[in-house]
Amino acid sequence: MNRNNDLESIVIRIAGDSGDGIQLMGSQFAVSTALAGADFATFPDYPAEIRAPVGTTFGVSAYQINLGGGPITTAGDAPDVLVAFNPAALRVSLPMLDKGALVIVNNDTFTARNLAKAGYNKDPREDGTLNDYQVVAADISHLNLEAVKEYGLSKSEGGRCKNFYALGMLLWMFDRELPSVQEWINRRLAGTPTMRDANIKALHAGHAFAETTELSANLSQIRLPTADMEPGDYRSITGAEALALGLAAAGELADRSVMFCSYPITPASPLLHRLTHLAELGVGTFQAEDEIAAICAAIGASYGGMIGVTSSSGPGIALKTEAMGLAISAELPLVIVNWQRGGPSTGLPTKTEQSDLYQAVYGRNGDTPIPVLSASTSGECFEMAIEATRIALRHMTPVILLADGYLSNAAEPWRIPDLSDFAPIATNPVPESDESPQRRAFTRDAKSLGRAWVTPGMPGLMHRIGGLEKDINSGHISYDPANHQRMTDLRAAKVDAVAEFIGDQLIEQGPDSGDLVVVGWGSTYGPIYQATRRTGVSFIHLRHLNPLPRNLGELLGRFDKVLVPEMNNGQLTTLLRANFRVEPVSFTKVTGQPFLIRELVEKIEALRGEAA
Amino acid sequence: MSDKLMPKDFATSQEVRWCPGCGDYAILKSVQKALADGGADPANTAFVSGIGCASRFPYYVETYGFHTIHGRAPAIATGLKLANPELDVWVVTGDGDSLSIGGNHLMHALRRNVGLKILLFNNEIYGLTKGQYSPTSRVGTQSPSSPAGSVDTPVSPGQVAMGCGAHFFARGVDTDKVGMSHVLQQAHAFVGTSFVEIFQNCIVYNEDVFADFTERKTAADTQLHLKHGEPMLFGKHNDKGIRFNQDSWSLEVVDAMTSPDEVLVHDEGNAVVARMLIDLHMPVAMGVIYRQPAVSFEDAFYAHHPSRMKRKKSVRDLIKGPNSWTVD
Repeated sequence: MNRNNDLESIVIRIAGDSGDGIQLMGSQFAVSTALAGADFATFPDYPAEIRAPVGTTFGVSAYQINLGGGPITTAGDAPDVLVAFNPAALRVSLPMLDKGALVIVNNDTFTARNLAKAGYNKDPREDGTLNDYQVVAADISHLNLEAVKEYGLSKSEGGRCKNFYALGMLLWMFDRELPSVQEWINRRLAGTPTMRDANIKALHAGHAFAETTELSANLSQIRLPTADMEPGDYRSITGAEALALGLAAAGELADRSVMFCSYPITPASPLLHRLTHLAELGVGTFQAEDEIAAICAAIGASYGGMIGVTSSSGPGIALKTEAMGLAISAELPLVIVNWQRGGPSTGLPTKTEQSDLYQAVYGRNGDTPIPVLSASTSGECFEMAIEATRIALRHMTPVILLADGYLSNAAEPWRIPDLSDFAPIATNPVPESDESPQRRAFTRDAKSLGRAWVTPGMPGLMHRIGGLEKDINSGHISYDPANHQRMTDLRAAKVDAVAEFIGDQLIEQGPDSGDLVVVGWGSTYGPIYQATRRTGVSFIHLRHLNPLPRNLGELLGRFDKVLVPEMNNGQLTTLLRANFRVEPVSFTKVTGQPFLIRELVEKIEALRGEAA
Repeated sequence: MSDKLMPKDFATSQEVRWCPGCGDYAILKSVQKALADGGADPANTAFVSGIGCASRFPYYVETYGFHTIHGRAPAIATGLKLANPELDVWVVTGDGDSLSIGGNHLMHALRRNVGLKILLFNNEIYGLTKGQYSPTSRVGTQSPSSPAGSVDTPVSPGQVAMGCGAHFFARGVDTDKVGMSHVLQQAHAFVGTSFVEIFQNCIVYNEDVFADFTERKTAADTQLHLKHGEPMLFGKHNDKGIRFNQDSWSLEVVDAMTSPDEVLVHDEGNAVVARMLIDLHMPVAMGVIYRQPAVSFEDAFYAHHPSRMKRKKSVRDLIKGPNSWTVD
């Protein structure tokens, strides 16, 4: 029943009104699936409007789960199973399904009014619309309300339990255990015993319903193999969770506290929320009055000796750029996380895109080079947070870490790393000398060109820093023309020096030379990995975007063609052209949705066809 | 610090580059004196500034100093104070820096009550950019950007402060050593945000704009120097006072000789009177106009970090989360 010739995975899409608690249900399902040992990935897809009008197509919120035994690196292409809580959810999601997919619809919502709101003239359950699908139509709202009747809840409170009712159905269908979900409900709803008990009841009722009705037969063939994963301890993790832990780990490795300063913005806020729970790890959070204040407070914290971190999404990052220049000029460490979203302007806040690469590499006044990194998967946000901090402290510079909306919310199984595998993060010591404190503060490490981190409170080292150009030797303000040339060169050399520490670019998979290599960066890792695995072509995935790895040009030169798929209008392609003598084939997609594996496979095959 | 430091110990090697006759020179001297008198430890003191003439200040004080970007000094200073609450953090700003481009950050520093001493050098003009009218310029101010006179209503720093929920507001005149010394001492000692408006004479672009009340010869009759718990008296012989007019709901001058009982006694904690004092035109109120101690932002912040931001656990202890599993 899978159209991707990818029999090891099953894609389930759960869709309903944004107020239906869809996201909660999806994330819970991910956890329970992980506990059962199957590899999985999730992809939330929720509307920009918080609680858009009930029953409308633009108020549809959805969660997609890819469930299976193979190396799953995306949330899947076309869904195999659709749970549609109302007609609008069906209308929005149906075009994504291939024929033969299983559709579970909630009969109770298929009223004339809801059908009209969804734009259906006739009932799609009866007019042949669903003929090509396996359909399970159940009175989910009604059955659920019956199940939780004894708790005396209001209609809306009782109604929300239907998520767990449906989850109970799915858990039964996919041979999942109830206890971990039940335990989660116990914890999450401990403060509201009635809601807790009602949801547990709904969960069990849905499970029982699925077991005792025919719908179970439809999926009885489905058995998920346990994923063939590397031995070790695993957990489910989103990019926001991994990045939060990574920042705390960076603080631990550097033996410094971490001060996280940010202003809420979609889809960056989950990182702020996660970090508020990590106080015991030496992490502080400050919700600033605006994006500019957020980065400025982080700079102030770095000036004070903590690891200053700020995070936002494209529009917020734009507001922070002047302050980035200050951190570059004053040579203070700083980590700036950008959870990219669809742009320009407000754009598509809840949809993913990787269109802030130019902004990260080039988007400031003056010659202001900055190291730029990107995370490829949710789990990788952990190590990239450590890497970004390491560069920031070693070179005494702000560092931009690019992630995106997909990574922020997407859960994946993550092999829990051992912190002992990470080297401590060193800072440049204050030199012992008789020279002036001003000069000592700007004494540099010969290789990294990073200066000493002198912070207020250190006796005898009082000095002044700022955004005005400073003398390359004394550290005092200087308007000397030749000095400005030298300082500009120095700032460039300092960022170039990062490449001396990051090692060579590796080939992710496939031969190390040949007719075609696919080059990606960021969250496109998943679909590119799958597509290159299926086609056997080479795959290079970049984590360091500025500076680029030293050997990258030579590596690209070994291939006849370079294909660059990215969720923007060709920004990495431009960057590669500017740095190397390559003429990549750009393959772009800016629909707010991740690449489909088959889109990439088709493109790869077409390019190979040209070559043949 | 075993040896007591003198004001000159707070001067740097840098040549002071304000215009000759600029009011900033006098303020610099007063601040250096206040630091010495207050026993400040230079290593534990930091001056943070934004952009503008006033913001050159940190280069001339032998402490830590950070000359940042336009309007953002309160935000940077907030981060610094959070990172190290033991520091004495001063913010030096001007009327354009703090009330125009940086108005938002000033507002939030004040309402949070972050432990910062914010010195606003108000000269009612943009100096560094060559004389355009500022948010505190009076209506009709002729400048390169308003040759026919500015039309916008000026903002009152004191009323902004009160509106933001500030806990300390004081005023001084750049060249008034005695008044400045008192105000700076009080500001230094306050726990939370102390916001001080200093009337500063820009000799090049807005000379004598405050002369009607800063002229030494007439100052006794044009300035009201407030002291908590003392009657609001002024005049060469303290012969005039301030009373509350119940009909007009405003403050007015009264003859202190004939009606001594009607003279108000200054209560720093009275926000209503503070607002009226801020608007009082002749005399102009100086000194600590409002002071209402409250918990500082950094103290409230650290109350949520009992470990004082020190690591109590390792990432190793939390990294597994509640639902981990093992693959053999």
